[in-house]
Amino acid sequence: MRLFLIFLRIGVMNEFQYRINLAIQLLQSLIAVGTGLVVLALIFRQTTTLSGWTQPELLVVMGVYTIVGGIVGFIIEPNMGQLMQDIRMGTFDYLLTKPADSQLLVSVRQFRLWSLTDVVVGAIVGAWGLASMSATVRPIDAAGFVVFLAAGAVLIYCVWLLITTGAFWFIRMEMVQELFQGIYRAGQYPVSIYPTWLRTILTFVLPIGFAVTFPSEALTRRATVTWGLIMIGFTVVLFAATRMVWKFGTRRYSGASA
Amino acid sequence: MSTLRWYGDLYLTMARLAIIEQFQYRAANYMYMIGMVAEPVVYLVVWSVVATQQGGEVGGMTPRTIAAYYIVWTLVRNMNIVFTPFGWEQRIREGQLSGQLLRPLHPIHYDLAFFAGWKVVVIVMWLPIAAVLAWLFRPEIDPRLSQVAVFAVAIWGAYLIRSMLLWMLGMVTFWTTRVGAAFDFFFTAELLLSGRVVPMRLMPDWAQTLARYLPFESTFGFPITALVGPISDAELIEGLVRQAFWIVAGAVGVALMWRRATKVFTSVAG
Repeated sequence: MRLFLIFLRIGVMNEFQYRINLAIQLLQSLIAVGTGLVVLALIFRQTTTLSGWTQPELLVVMGVYTIVGGIVGFIIEPNMGQLMQDIRMGTFDYLLTKPADSQLLVSVRQFRLWSLTDVVVGAIVGAWGLASMSATVRPIDAAGFVVFLAAGAVLIYCVWLLITTGAFWFIRMEMVQELFQGIYRAGQYPVSIYPTWLRTILTFVLPIGFAVTFPSEALTRRATVTWGLIMIGFTVVLFAATRMVWKFGTRRYSGASA
Repeated sequence: MSTLRWYGDLYLTMARLAIIEQFQYRAANYMYMIGMVAEPVVYLVVWSVVATQQGGEVGGMTPRTIAAYYIVWTLVRNMNIVFTPFGWEQRIREGQLSGQLLRPLHPIHYDLAFFAGWKVVVIVMWLPIAAVLAWLFRPEIDPRLSQVAVFAVAIWGAYLIRSMLLWMLGMVTFWTTRVGAAFDFFFTAELLLSGRVVPMRLMPDWAQTLARYLPFESTFGFPITALVGPISDAELIEGLVRQAFWIVAGAVGVALMWRRATKVFTSVAG
């Protein structure tokens, strides 16, 4: 935890040198969300609900989607990108010699602070959606939202680290990152609209359903205790599995710098 | 040797080089293409759900014609990938441009020929992806011969127009390096007014009218609709004429901008 805070402070200090990037990032977030809003408006010109979701409810989904995207961009993506580069360049060897836990170290080295603008913009859109909904948010819904959001972020981290760990065996993994970003777009809509085979993939293989749809379901009173427990169980299992693969991978890793 | 043969030779050689080069990166190309398929699948599902809820049709499209639209979309999208405007900064900064300026031909020819060759690889690799998508989403498509013929021409017209548009956009880098935001606006307008997110006929009337005065639909919506329909022969010809107009306009635009740009350009790496 102390290590995390130190890295975070360095990351923040680094980013504050480039304050103009905040404006650029903010503009980009606004353009992305604006485009999403236009598309939603186009959809709701033709219909009043989408698979049972009303327009304000889909605004909530879009808000959560943007928030999760911001979290991914803030901590997960930069660290995994750095790790992949280190493995390819051979600098990963130095990391293994450091006295701290290697998995922790590779996961908290880099921060892209300005990605947090997505979290802010997403929160505004989500709040707007909630305000336009007729139902109010109960404390239990809010609690479910926070738990699911955290578990969802952990799930995305696990999957991404598992994919990146693949770089121990295959070198060219950058395209996988592109693949993930492409597929992440599917989270803009609740996974319940997709055909069953796709929904299953989006829930258990690339856990966008868990990460985006579940927190949104909590806020719109769709979540059930059973599915909540399944998600938390799945998170624990996947985290343990990722840990094992990481240990196995680093033990087998033969180095690229020598 | 006549000038035309000379150009033909150059294009063939560059294209062949691109084909050989890109076939080596099959896996990378595939990953990239599959990542890109996610986008149309999302639109496809969303609009199919809307159509089903509206009693089987939205704006005259059924889930199966929507599937056809977005499967053809994936090929047109791949044809639309050209030299990125973000690449200009690197070209200028690293001095690659200095070398290109010394060549006897306008540098756009090298780009056009290289990416055209890459397209051949892309089309071959696209076929299995299209087959899987067709198996999953059961598209309904029944084009006339004229539609197929126009489609075959129109995807290359779209390629030319978009190449030149993005060349012009990229050349803005000669005057200022803060181009990211301008590019974003351009791409957003393109996204909404080209038929990429939504088939144009599902857009409000004013947006459809606006799109008629812009080049975006010629690069996206028109080639798709040419194949998927419904479209009359007169509309097919009108679409081709529009494409021809934008090709000429693009060529003139690129030529003019290029002349001014090279005047303000100071070489970096000698």
